[in-house]
Amino acid sequence: MAKQEEATFIQSAAESPTALLRELVAHLRQNRTQLREEWARRITEAGLLTAMSREEVFAEATTVYDNYVAVLETGSVEALEAYARDLSERIIPRGVETHEVLGIVLLLRDVLARSLFKKYQSDIALLNRVLDAYEPAANRIANTVGVSFVQERERVIRQQQEAIRELSTPVLQVRARLLILPIIGVIDPQRARQLTEQLLRGIRSNRAKVVVIDITGVPAVDATIANHLVQAVDASRLMGATVIVTGLSSSIAQTLVTIGVDLAKMKTVGDLQGGIEEAERLLGYKVSRVGEAPAQEETG
Amino acid sequence: MANDMQVGISTSADIVTARQRGRELASELGFSGSDLTVLATAISEVARNIIEHAKEGEVILEPTHNGSKQGILIIASDRGPGIPDVDRALQDGYSSGKGLGLGLPGAKRLMDEFKVVSEVGKGTTVTMKKWVR
Amino acid sequence: MRVPILKQHSYLIASIQSALTDDDLLQLRDDLVAQIGRFRSRGAIVDVTALDVMDSFAVRTLRGVAHMIRLRGAQTVIVGIQPEVAFSMVQLGLTLEEVATALDLEEGLAYLDDQPKSNGRHGE
Repeated sequence: MAKQEEATFIQSAAESPTALLRELVAHLRQNRTQLREEWARRITEAGLLTAMSREEVFAEATTVYDNYVAVLETGSVEALEAYARDLSERIIPRGVETHEVLGIVLLLRDVLARSLFKKYQSDIALLNRVLDAYEPAANRIANTVGVSFVQERERVIRQQQEAIRELSTPVLQVRARLLILPIIGVIDPQRARQLTEQLLRGIRSNRAKVVVIDITGVPAVDATIANHLVQAVDASRLMGATVIVTGLSSSIAQTLVTIGVDLAKMKTVGDLQGGIEEAERLLGYKVSRVGEAPAQEETG
Repeated sequence: MANDMQVGISTSADIVTARQRGRELASELGFSGSDLTVLATAISEVARNIIEHAKEGEVILEPTHNGSKQGILIIASDRGPGIPDVDRALQDGYSSGKGLGLGLPGAKRLMDEFKVVSEVGKGTTVTMKKWVR
Repeated sequence: MRVPILKQHSYLIASIQSALTDDDLLQLRDDLVAQIGRFRSRGAIVDVTALDVMDSFAVRTLRGVAHMIRLRGAQTVIVGIQPEVAFSMVQLGLTLEEVATALDLEEGLAYLDDQPKSNGRHGE
């Protein structure tokens, strides 16, 4: 009896979590082919990653598997993290969802746990110790992959929001030195600021002399936004460009008068077409139909 | 922190130094584009306020944060005559020096947070913050 | 740093090269106003492309330059205000009203050429 206790003691010393993990890693390396195939099969069965072909799933599964084993071996998640971000970057545009990514990592955890169960089922005590060593590492891996994916997704979403905001108001050059800024939708202070910055950069890069800001598509303007509009006009003038504002609805016109915006500073024309004509006049263009040109010269 | 900076203000060249340092620090903190220019301009205004009213003082520039928001903290202080009526000094058009009446109220408009503490005979401290967008 | 002032035909061109202190700006004002008379120039261009900040002092000084030069019978154009600078100027409430502005030197020269020459000065 005493002898058996001693044996157990020696065994558990050899079975420190590190030693157990080492044994685990050896097991996973030995059964790599079979476990990897089992995992890929379970992924397909569960209907995950349907946006990817079977070969792609298998290729990614192989890399994830090897990274997984490496984390168990080294305890360092950095390589896995980098790979998970890279993987996310590739699969997010293809419509892979968060639950799929979490699903495949949890499946791998399950596949591996089952194989450990099978290997150690004859010694429940040892199995428990192996699982005690395995679980925290496996959880950490699942966490790392999940968080990396979500972070990457958030980054993509932020990027898209930025792109949409930029696209939402294009600064268009319609003629040499003439820019049009058609504003559509609600303007908040942040968008107003961005619009002004975009406009000023546009003036410099296109060497614009006249800018038409069309606000036909803007539903309402409050005092703050009106002031931003005045600032855009003033700043454009500092850069040597004249601003014509078109498409002021009667309610916006009322607001501007009520809050006392200095209208003398702002050139306004009823609609966009009139604004462009006025801009062309300022730039010295004469627009006429081909057939009418000579007649105009005679009368003029 | 290594990022902290203190610029003594006693000549008009110091105003330029203060705003250049401020711009460098703000750039490291993640400010960009027109915000850098806006900050440099605000620093210029408060530094000039020191020279015009107190002859000398200092501008301290340091990083600050509020939760996950990163920002810059600027403290301009002097031991000059002080401002008798701070509220009035912050109104547009008010000017006791050679200014355009835009110095302090102008700087206030450029920043997210702005506070003036002044005691007649003791001096003035302007504390202002701006957050990275 | 003293700002160099070039004479080109009937115009003076002050081309700011780097950040200016208040004293530099006052020097520029005095130099320009003196030279506009000495050379009987019709106009002055102040190129501020290199300025990364235009605070209230700079704007007040430049406005003063424009007014003094007008009193001496000539015109002033400020050219090269950068987008970020223009943006922070208007936030500060500085709009340089009554002073002509243009995108760059070329535009500034074109603006002066367009002005009527009936101010009693010699053309070339």
